[in-house]
Amino acid sequence: MPGLQIENLHLSVGGRVLLARFSLTVGPGEVTTVMGPSGCGKSSLLSWLCGTIEPAFRASGQIWLDGVPIAGLPPERRRLGILFQDDLLFPHLSVGENLAFALPRWIRGRRHRWARVEAALREADLAGFAGRDPATLSGGQRARVALMRTLLAEPRALLLDEPFGGLDRELRQRVRRFVFDHARWAALPTLLVTHDPADAEVAGGAVVEFPNFGAKLLPLRNSGRRPA
Amino acid sequence: MAAALQQLAAYTGRRSAWLGWLPPLTLLVFLGPIAAGLLGTVLPAFGYLPALGGERLSLEPWHQLASAPGLGRALRATLISGFLSTVLALALTVLVFAAGHGTLALGRVKRAMTPLLAVPHLATAVGLAFLIAPSGWLARLAAPWAGWRTPPDVAVVQDSLGLALALGLILKETPFLVLMTFGALGQARADDHLRLARTLGYGPVQAWLKIVLPLVYAQIRLPVYAVLAYSLSVVDMAIVLGPTTPPPLAPLVLRWFNDSDLSMRFQAAAGACLQLVLVALAIGLWRIAESVFGWLARPWLCGGGRGGSGFLPGVAAWIGLALLFGLSLGSLLGLATWSLAGRWRFPERWPEQLSAEPWLEHAGRLLGPAWTTLVAGAISALVALALVTGCLENESRRQRPPGLGALTLLYLPLLAPQIGFLFGVQVLLVWARLDGSWLGLIWSHLLFVLPYVFLALADPYRSLDPRYARSALALGKPPWLVWTRIKLVMLLRPLLVALAVGFAVSVAQYLPTLFAGGGRFATLTTEALGLSAGGDRRVVGQLALMLAALPLLGFGIALAVPAWRFRRRRAMRAGG
Repeated sequence: MPGLQIENLHLSVGGRVLLARFSLTVGPGEVTTVMGPSGCGKSSLLSWLCGTIEPAFRASGQIWLDGVPIAGLPPERRRLGILFQDDLLFPHLSVGENLAFALPRWIRGRRHRWARVEAALREADLAGFAGRDPATLSGGQRARVALMRTLLAEPRALLLDEPFGGLDRELRQRVRRFVFDHARWAALPTLLVTHDPADAEVAGGAVVEFPNFGAKLLPLRNSGRRPA
Repeated sequence: MAAALQQLAAYTGRRSAWLGWLPPLTLLVFLGPIAAGLLGTVLPAFGYLPALGGERLSLEPWHQLASAPGLGRALRATLISGFLSTVLALALTVLVFAAGHGTLALGRVKRAMTPLLAVPHLATAVGLAFLIAPSGWLARLAAPWAGWRTPPDVAVVQDSLGLALALGLILKETPFLVLMTFGALGQARADDHLRLARTLGYGPVQAWLKIVLPLVYAQIRLPVYAVLAYSLSVVDMAIVLGPTTPPPLAPLVLRWFNDSDLSMRFQAAAGACLQLVLVALAIGLWRIAESVFGWLARPWLCGGGRGGSGFLPGVAAWIGLALLFGLSLGSLLGLATWSLAGRWRFPERWPEQLSAEPWLEHAGRLLGPAWTTLVAGAISALVALALVTGCLENESRRQRPPGLGALTLLYLPLLAPQIGFLFGVQVLLVWARLDGSWLGLIWSHLLFVLPYVFLALADPYRSLDPRYARSALALGKPPWLVWTRIKLVMLLRPLLVALAVGFAVSVAQYLPTLFAGGGRFATLTTEALGLSAGGDRRVVGQLALMLAALPLLGFGIALAVPAWRFRRRRAMRAGG
């Protein structure tokens, strides 16, 4: 079955239940939005999906990606691409090298790889930027490079962790459109986490509100820690 | 309210009259002598030292140096031990982080390495020699299988290539680099970048090597240079573990300085200059190698190779760590056992009896040096702490962070080989009639204690939230009260840790004690070194064990006092 499925996720930290019996299906090319205030566990959901959640969290449940269970795999073998609010372009690599870093190994030969990088840059309206230092780019340019980098790694699903939060309003609209268009064009199941209703509106897909009802019904036990 | 605001303005806007004098005074205290010391070494190297009859500049000392017997072999041992130890210590550090980043085990490694760092080099060297010497513990363990009745005739320590010295240096420098790397991870945003590289399909080890290492290395570059410079010019460890005929360059130059023939001072000064040039060239070479490696690694960096789960590097890292901890702890255990040993013949694994008797027997020889060590360490650490705290407070009131230049200046005494300028410092002290005095001794220790205290305290001091002090001022408290009752109390733990660092550095000093003390001060370090060749292993073991115990005790107190003082303040217990 194609797409991304979350099955019966139970997520807690320090005795505080964030999600219980949570299930969700995102089809190819669909954008599902998870909304909620900070600390409700929506970012932890994405960390759990990626396999990079901190050891303090306890989680159980299964993830199916195109019919394959991936919850037991290390992050690098899950083939989930993620974009954060911070673009996290590697500061010691040029723009082109950032993209080449993401290209799969089977694209061989320097010239061949570089051609793919140039093509990706043209697609992002950044032709000729390959040699630039990422630090000299504008916010919108950086966001576009970050998306192209994620897509070049050929993920099977896209996770968006408030990726438009750091941009001003006008730029936000343009980058949002750019990201969603690419996700649909690549037929990627996309899960967007945000607290901006406008994001959900443009995404146009299903919207899940956190705290999830399952979590709300359970008693919240006292804990000193709040998840990021 | 108005008065409080005025005070607030006075506190943040204007510098305090006496605090403002501290930074230049501090610079003078520790950079002045180094500059003078360098001059006092360079001039005699070109034949100018009127006190010994050298009144004209000449190249004669250099001719003498060039024809000195064994110089070539001394240089070979220096270069092998210096580069080998730096490369391997850095490699082990990188391996440990690449294989273990983000795991709980790495946190435990950090906690276990901190005490290793506090043990003076000399104590580790003596303990390691007890362990690996032909008559040492390892040979005794192997004796039944190898059929040895007498110690095997192999030069395991003091080998002519300096490999034992390299091993000793690795044991000490790896913990230093590991802890410096821990400090650099946050600034490089290692966790975030690593997570992203993993989601792009990279295995943990490749992700660390390709993304985190280049970012972290930029942060630990100066510490790596310090390790290289130190390893190329170490004296105390080299006397115990290095070759003897001839020794590596630094101890060889020291031998010339101590020669009864005073004219050898000129040759020694030229040798000290050679040591300076050697270290400068080595650092330059290392810098070039960095660029070449960076350039060569580019295709690999962007070639898309993802790497595997990192199982083999993990195994290698654990083996490396097991060896490191095994040898380090074995060394300390060896010191303790020898210090308590009665008759202990080869190839017995244990002494015939363990008792306090050897301690009581030698108490008279131990107490004096221990006391001198303790006093010199306590005074120099306290003076350094006062100067550094004053400088940092001045900086925070002027709200002007120092640039990279100041930090490099600070690293200067850690990068420049001690043998390269301490003779000049001695000349200076003789001229000021301070040689062999407590003042001269403390001053010479301060040269090395001060930078380390600064490095230990600067980050915690600068990262204290300034709003605490501002709100206290806004409540109408005078600045000095805010400083002593709020800031210094909140910083009690880092202050005491910095004090312990300074104390540990002073305890370990050998050359400054020798040169500035004019032979009149016997510390644990000088005694242990004096007896290390051919002395009774019990006394040497006792001296080295005390040498290791004093700094550890200092750190123990530095951690215990704040823990007790803040036992009912949860927020003050958090953090490293």
